[in-house]
Amino acid sequence: MAVHLAQEQPASKEVMLYAEDVTKTFMSNKKEITALDRVHLTIHQEEFVSLLGPSGCGKSTFLRLVAGLDAKTRGTLTLNGVPIEGAGRDRGVVFQQYSLLPWMHAWENVAFALKKTKGLTAAQKKEMAYHFLELVGLRGFEKHYPAQMSGGMQQRVAIARALVYRPKMLLMDEPFGALDAQTRRDMQDLLMRIWAEEKCSVLFVTHDVDEAIYLSDRVYVMSAHPGRVAKEMTIDMHKPRDWNDMLSDRFVHYKREIVSELERQKSLHKQALQA
Amino acid sequence: MPLRKYTVLSVASILFVLAVWSVVTYSKLIDPLFLPTPGGTLEALSKEIDEGIFFKDVGVSFYRILMGFVISTIFAVPIGMMMATSRTWQAVWEPLIGLIRYMPAVAFIPLSILWFGTSDMQKFFILFLGVFFQEVIMIADNCKTVNKSLVEVGHTLGFTKGEITRSIVFRAALPGMVDTFRTTWGWAWTYLVVAELVAASEGLGFRIMQAQRYLSTDRIVLGILVIGLFGLITDQLFAWLYRRMFPWKTLEKAKG
Repeated sequence: MAVHLAQEQPASKEVMLYAEDVTKTFMSNKKEITALDRVHLTIHQEEFVSLLGPSGCGKSTFLRLVAGLDAKTRGTLTLNGVPIEGAGRDRGVVFQQYSLLPWMHAWENVAFALKKTKGLTAAQKKEMAYHFLELVGLRGFEKHYPAQMSGGMQQRVAIARALVYRPKMLLMDEPFGALDAQTRRDMQDLLMRIWAEEKCSVLFVTHDVDEAIYLSDRVYVMSAHPGRVAKEMTIDMHKPRDWNDMLSDRFVHYKREIVSELERQKSLHKQALQA
Repeated sequence: MPLRKYTVLSVASILFVLAVWSVVTYSKLIDPLFLPTPGGTLEALSKEIDEGIFFKDVGVSFYRILMGFVISTIFAVPIGMMMATSRTWQAVWEPLIGLIRYMPAVAFIPLSILWFGTSDMQKFFILFLGVFFQEVIMIADNCKTVNKSLVEVGHTLGFTKGEITRSIVFRAALPGMVDTFRTTWGWAWTYLVVAELVAASEGLGFRIMQAQRYLSTDRIVLGILVIGLFGLITDQLFAWLYRRMFPWKTLEKAKG
């Protein structure tokens, strides 16, 4: 049994993302602000990891460092053993605000990500775009403009765009934060299904506790001012999960642990402010 | 507002101005020396057509404005984009453009005649001074207001800076640029007429100036009306072009 469990552990897989003592400071009104303070975390191959925390805890800042959109101030940050310097096609990024090119049809937005891919004909690129749109459940909407689609549909296009060039790692910055509750639930199930099919590592940033537990293999809980990793938690539940699992004792147990940690952080912060 | 009501109101407002004009002129309330009747203005038009100068004037003026506008735009678009996307180029261009922008183009007319005589080059020069320096700042603004996250998408897809500028910033700023063209084209008319008033031997502006010497008020008013009408037509052309080029913009507006 123990051997079996060890095989199930994602820790047995190779490390995909490695962060050690990652610190990010920036200047604001001539004062140095520490957005991230010595963050240490690891994400393995094919592992789904959430970064959970209140606004201002630096979780999005961390994602931007991994995406290569900003540069860290100090520390080590490697992807597949190679230091991250700048953005690159080994990572796919999904932003909260969809960020689709409004002058392109849905399929063109997806195919746009293949612009730099060599050895593919235009027809093949179109075919791949159509395939990935089907994967995210947008068959029949290939020739719609973003303005003709709902927020959830636009985010599906953005996910297809981030996956079509097969990055090693998918980075998602509160991707469902702007969606209504029902659409968000649908998108979570969609993401879980895609993740099972596409098998890539995911760094998922969210402030929604349920969402983090529901989707993740592991959750890093962050605290704010400055942004630090406060707690790491392995979600030991079978996958794929469904809404029933959200009512299970185990789920509630994880949720209680995380919420109490977040509450503890909050009162600590309040004390610090008073002192 | 329903479209029909809109059209009715638009036509009515023009008819109202025409009616006031008719009343004050046909009733001899105003001497035709100062303001001709609508009929007299139409007569002036038919006379100018008979003399073979009307379409020639229109053609010449249109050619000058088109050339002046195209030359300005050919420079304004790339330079404006450079200013918006590169700090270095911004530092190079901005002080220069900011300085010349505040020099009135009209004040350059004596100098322009000294340099280029009364040739078409002189018109292009004045048009360029009047249009380019405003246009380039507006183009730079069009590019600066492009959603930053679209640029970041380009980075995450592994595009180079040049590729991002060409296939994202330019495309995203294009609707704003077409609006800029529409506005600056209107200014180009003003500068053209000013240039033609002072130094020309043909063109709509020249005709107005010449008519003043012979006290042909009807031809002055005709010239002004024709310029206004051309402005309106080209403005509508730009609006039509915008809708044709950017169908997705209309969709965005409909969505709110």
